[in-house]
Amino acid sequence: MPTYRELLQAAKAEIEEVSPMRARELLESDDPPALIDVRERDEWEQGHIEGAVHVPRGYLESRIEQTAPDRSRPVLLYCAAGNRSAFAARTLAELGYERAISLAGGYTDWQRSGLPTELPRTLGPARLTRYSRHLLIPEGGESGQLRLLDSRILLIGAGGLGSPASLYLAAAGVGRLGIVDADVVDETNLQRQIAHSTDSLGEPKTDSARRRIEALNPDVEVVPFRERLTSENIERILEPGWDVIVDGADNFPTRYLVNDASVWHDIPVVHGSIFRFEGQVTVFKPGSGPCYRCLFPQPPPPELAPSCAEGGVLGVLPGVIGSIQATEALKLALDIGDPLVGRLLLYDALSGEFNEMKLRRNPACPVCGESPTITDYVDYVEFCAGPLPSPAASPEENGSGR
Amino acid sequence: MSRVRIPPTLRSETEGAREVEASGATVRELLDDLVGRFPSLRGQLLEDEELAPFVNVYVEGEDVRTKDGLETRVDESSTVILLPAMAGG
Repeated sequence: MPTYRELLQAAKAEIEEVSPMRARELLESDDPPALIDVRERDEWEQGHIEGAVHVPRGYLESRIEQTAPDRSRPVLLYCAAGNRSAFAARTLAELGYERAISLAGGYTDWQRSGLPTELPRTLGPARLTRYSRHLLIPEGGESGQLRLLDSRILLIGAGGLGSPASLYLAAAGVGRLGIVDADVVDETNLQRQIAHSTDSLGEPKTDSARRRIEALNPDVEVVPFRERLTSENIERILEPGWDVIVDGADNFPTRYLVNDASVWHDIPVVHGSIFRFEGQVTVFKPGSGPCYRCLFPQPPPPELAPSCAEGGVLGVLPGVIGSIQATEALKLALDIGDPLVGRLLLYDALSGEFNEMKLRRNPACPVCGESPTITDYVDYVEFCAGPLPSPAASPEENGSGR
Repeated sequence: MSRVRIPPTLRSETEGAREVEASGATVRELLDDLVGRFPSLRGQLLEDEELAPFVNVYVEGEDVRTKDGLETRVDESSTVILLPAMAGG
């Protein structure tokens, strides 16, 4: 039976080792190797080589193909002193990696040579536990979760769609959630608006939602805007900077403001709307797909525009649509998967069917087309409320997200 | 006859029907047939005899605005979907 020392010598005899200086030359070359730190988590957290990816040796075989899928690309491995990385290099050779190199002397000699290191951002023990089911997903991981914690999502409306969307985004650990809603919670909301509750009746929806979100996840900073979106306040509300907008408004004037702003500020909008048993979801991503006005150049006049208040809606429907919106928002924040850009997903709860429509950019679109005719915000409330025959369905009665 | 899917926001104009049949070789003829039978649909679909800017018509999953508009051809077997803007949230 070989001793540890003999085993190590045998491994080192089979693999290629480089000094810290030579390693640095390789890393700075035009064709740098993938750099893998195979130490344990606590060692990694105390500092690592810049640009390294952390794959503890115990997970090396199972994770290396995700981290370094190209077996013909050289891989440079390091540990604390160059022993674990020697075994790791041999393992990669067995897995068919053409050139697996071990850093002789490891991180200790690298530091001793005065070469640059960095302290990693890490989640810390409480967050590692809270987000463990995200961390287990290859597309998420610790870097993905840190990205979510850094991301900023603005919700238009804390009503039917905004309720589930905000709760799931909060649970997922989105670091900052802006909520725009002017309304207070009333009894008719509670059949579907699950961010609110019976004991928050009469309370502003922004306060009620904020309390729920903070109770759910203290990592989330809620930025409330207890106001209706208008051409006057929209620039101020967008000013802090948002990565994604989730549009769950209940009226056309707000939706057109959101659209025009998103085109001018280059912010993707996850759009959802509901009526009775049917819902629609899509992503309007400026530059890569159509905008809302490509689809519907102008809003309908108020008398032709039914809102939830008159049409009714199955209480769980916004749960389905708002959850899809949250999913799309997370995909956009993480830059993973295929967002619903250029595709309108229709859900019919009664028939239990999803259908998809193709959406294309309209070259004649008045906002994102070749020669835009709309270059400033339009307040459709006043525009529409003018000399119209039937003011009964006037959307200005409703706050966003009611 | 083509099958025309009526969205929930317009069903009060079609006596609650989720789908109706209509005839016509183009979208324009088809819509004319439809509004002939359901006159209150006219204002929801057409504006100055053109497609209203707050509604879309899909023939076989394609937006007719990106094809030939109201002159887009419709087959007997085509499924036509009316899609008005919906604001509820």
